[in-house]
Amino acid sequence: MAEIAMMKTQAETALADLFARSKSLLPGDARSREDAFHRFAVKGLPHRRVEEWKYTDLRALMREVAPLAAKPDAAAIEAALAVESVFAAAEPATIAFVNGHLAKADAMPDGVAAVSLAQALAEGHPLLSKLGAVSDAEGNAAYALNAAFMTDGVVLHVTKRVEGRVALRFVTTGASAVSTATRVLVVVEEDAAISLLETHESANGLAHQPNDVVEFVVGDRAEVAHVRLNAESDAALALSTVTAHLGAQAAFGSRNIVAGSGLSRHQVWMTFAGADTKGAVRGATMLGGSQHADTTLVVNHLATGCESRELFKTAIDGRATGVFQGRINVAPQAQKTDGKMMSAAVLLSEEGTMMNKPELEIFADDVQCAHGATCGELDDDLLFYLMARGLPRPEAEALLIESFLGEAVEEDLDDAIVGEALMGIVEAWLKKRG
Amino acid sequence: MIEIKNLVAEIEGKRILDGLNLTIHDGEVAAIMGPNGSGKSTLSYIIAGKEDYEILDGEVLLDGENVLEMEPSERAAAGVFLAFQYPLEIPGVATMTFLKAALNAQRRAREETELTTPEFMKAVQDAAGKLEIPRDMLKRALNVGFSGGEKKRMEILQMALLEPRFCILDETDSGLDIDALRVVSEGVNALRAPNRSFLVITHYQRLLQYIVPDTVHVMANGKIMRSGGKELAEELEANGYADYKAQEAA
Repeated sequence: MAEIAMMKTQAETALADLFARSKSLLPGDARSREDAFHRFAVKGLPHRRVEEWKYTDLRALMREVAPLAAKPDAAAIEAALAVESVFAAAEPATIAFVNGHLAKADAMPDGVAAVSLAQALAEGHPLLSKLGAVSDAEGNAAYALNAAFMTDGVVLHVTKRVEGRVALRFVTTGASAVSTATRVLVVVEEDAAISLLETHESANGLAHQPNDVVEFVVGDRAEVAHVRLNAESDAALALSTVTAHLGAQAAFGSRNIVAGSGLSRHQVWMTFAGADTKGAVRGATMLGGSQHADTTLVVNHLATGCESRELFKTAIDGRATGVFQGRINVAPQAQKTDGKMMSAAVLLSEEGTMMNKPELEIFADDVQCAHGATCGELDDDLLFYLMARGLPRPEAEALLIESFLGEAVEEDLDDAIVGEALMGIVEAWLKKRG
Repeated sequence: MIEIKNLVAEIEGKRILDGLNLTIHDGEVAAIMGPNGSGKSTLSYIIAGKEDYEILDGEVLLDGENVLEMEPSERAAAGVFLAFQYPLEIPGVATMTFLKAALNAQRRAREETELTTPEFMKAVQDAAGKLEIPRDMLKRALNVGFSGGEKKRMEILQMALLEPRFCILDETDSGLDIDALRVVSEGVNALRAPNRSFLVITHYQRLLQYIVPDTVHVMANGKIMRSGGKELAEELEANGYADYKAQEAA
C-alpha cells in the first residue's frame, strides 16, 4: 500500500532546514536532538485535526520560521536589560537571558546552585538525567522542538528552603524577528523550597518566536511557588511548557499571566507521583485585537490523597480568541484524589471567542473531582450599581474586570509584593484598553 | 428641588409609570407607599439611570436639570443616590477600594480635588463608626457574605460619604430586624439637611415611625393617587391599599 505523505508546509521545511544548519552548533549530544526533531518531524506541525491542538492550528498559524537568535553582544545585553523588571520591587536574585542566551546572573541565594544549560549540556551535568521526568510531554510538538533546538537556559538545584526569590528574566531583542529555545530544569530536593519568578518580554514589536520549557522535579515535602509572566510583544508567537513531577506531601503552585503575544500556547503537565501532595495551577489571560491564547493543561493523579486546583480566568476584547483545555486524569491507584478545575472567561466585545474544553478521566472510585467552565459578558446589574455610585462606565468595567482576573492572579499568593506587581500588569492592560 | 413631571415608562411593552408627577422640596423627606407592582422600584431605577426601561414621556428635574439625559455616573455626580433594595455583591472588590473609587470619581466629575488616602480613611471611619460598621467589614469584598442588615448599613455608609443632594431609599426596611432598622434610620436621620431631599419608598408604615416623612404619597398603577402628611401613612396602615386599587379599576 502506498503511504500518503502529508505535504510539508513552508514552516515545516524551514524548521527542518534550520535544524540541519544549527544542530552541530548547539551544545550537548547531537543524537538526542536528532531524536527529538524526528519526533516532531514525523507528525509535523500540529493542526486542528489533532485533538489537543484543535483550537490552535499551529500548522495554519505558523507561516514562517524566524532564524535562531545569535548570542547578543555586550551592548545589546545592556540595552535589553536596561528596562526595569516588573518584579524589581521583589528584589529577586535574577538570572537574565537575552535572545535565549545567558546574559547576566546575580549570585544565587543560599540553597540554590545554578549552572547554565549550555554548560550543563556540554559537560553532561548529572542532573540532566531528570529532564523529561514527565514523559507525557515528550511527543508534544512544542516540547520536541524545544528539545531539538534548546540553546541555553539554566539548571537550578534547590537543596534548602530558600530565603527571598529567584527570578528568571527572558528578553528578546534585535533588529529582526528571531526564534529562541530555552530550557530550565528546577530540581527541588526533599524539604527544600523556592519562589521562582519568570518573565518573558520582547524589547520591541517584532514577531519573535520563543519556545520555552521549564521542568520542575519536586521532592518529598518540598515547596514551589512559580509565577510566570508572558509580556511578549503583540506580534510574538510564543510556545511555552511547564512540567511538574511532584513527590509526596509537597506543595506546588504555578501561575501564568498572559499579557502579551499575538499567538501563545501555554502547556502544563502536572503529575502527582507521591501521596498527599497539593498542586495548583492558575492563570489569568488578557487579550485584545486579534490575539490568540491557548492554555492546555494535563493533570495526572498517580498517587493517593493528592489535591489539585486549577483556576483560569480570561478577559477577551476585540476579535481575540481564548482557549482553555484542561484534563484531570485519575489513575486507578489514586484514591482520595480531590481535584477541582475551573475556567471562566469574560467577553468584552461582540467579536471575541472563548473555547473551553474541561475533561475528567477517572479510574479510581473514591475521588472528588469537579470541573466547570463559564463564559459571559460583564454583569449589567453590577455595572449599573457601580455607575450609580459615580463610576463612569469605563471605570466600572475596569473595576469588574480587575476583580474578575484578580482571583486567578492573587488567590493563594502569599507574596504581596509579587501580587501587587501582577495587579499592576492587569491595571496597565485595562488602561491600554481604555 | 426635585420635580418629576408626567413620567411615562414601559418595560417590554408593559406600562409601569403612567404620567407620574411629584415635587420634593429641598430638605423634604417624601415617602412613597404603595402595593406590590405599583411601580415604586421602577421609579427609583429610572431616576438612577438603569437602562432596562423605555421612557416615553416626562422629565426628572434636579435643580432644573433633566437627569434623564445624563449617564448614571453623571447623575450620581450631580447628587442622585439610590440606596438599593438588594445591594449587589461584588466579589474581588474590597469595600474600601470601591468607596474610594466612587468618591473620587464623583469629585473628578465635579472638578473637585480628590481626597488623599488619610482624608478618605478618616471620612470612612467616622461614618462607619456612626453606623456600627466594624472595620474588618470594610476590608472585605463589597457586600460579599454580608447579612441583609450589613448590606443596608453599607448603603447608608455610602450615602453618608457621597453626600448626595437627593437620596432615594428603595425599601431600605426590607430584611431588617428592629435593631438594624433603628441603626439604619438613625443613619438616615443624621443626614437630613436643609439642602438634601429624600424619597423613601416602602410598603409599610413601620419605617416611617423611624424616618418621619414630611409628605406621604400613595402610588398605584404607575402614578401618584393621593398625597398628604405623615398621618396618611397611618391611615394606609389601618385601611390597606384596597381603596386605591378600586379607584383605579373604576
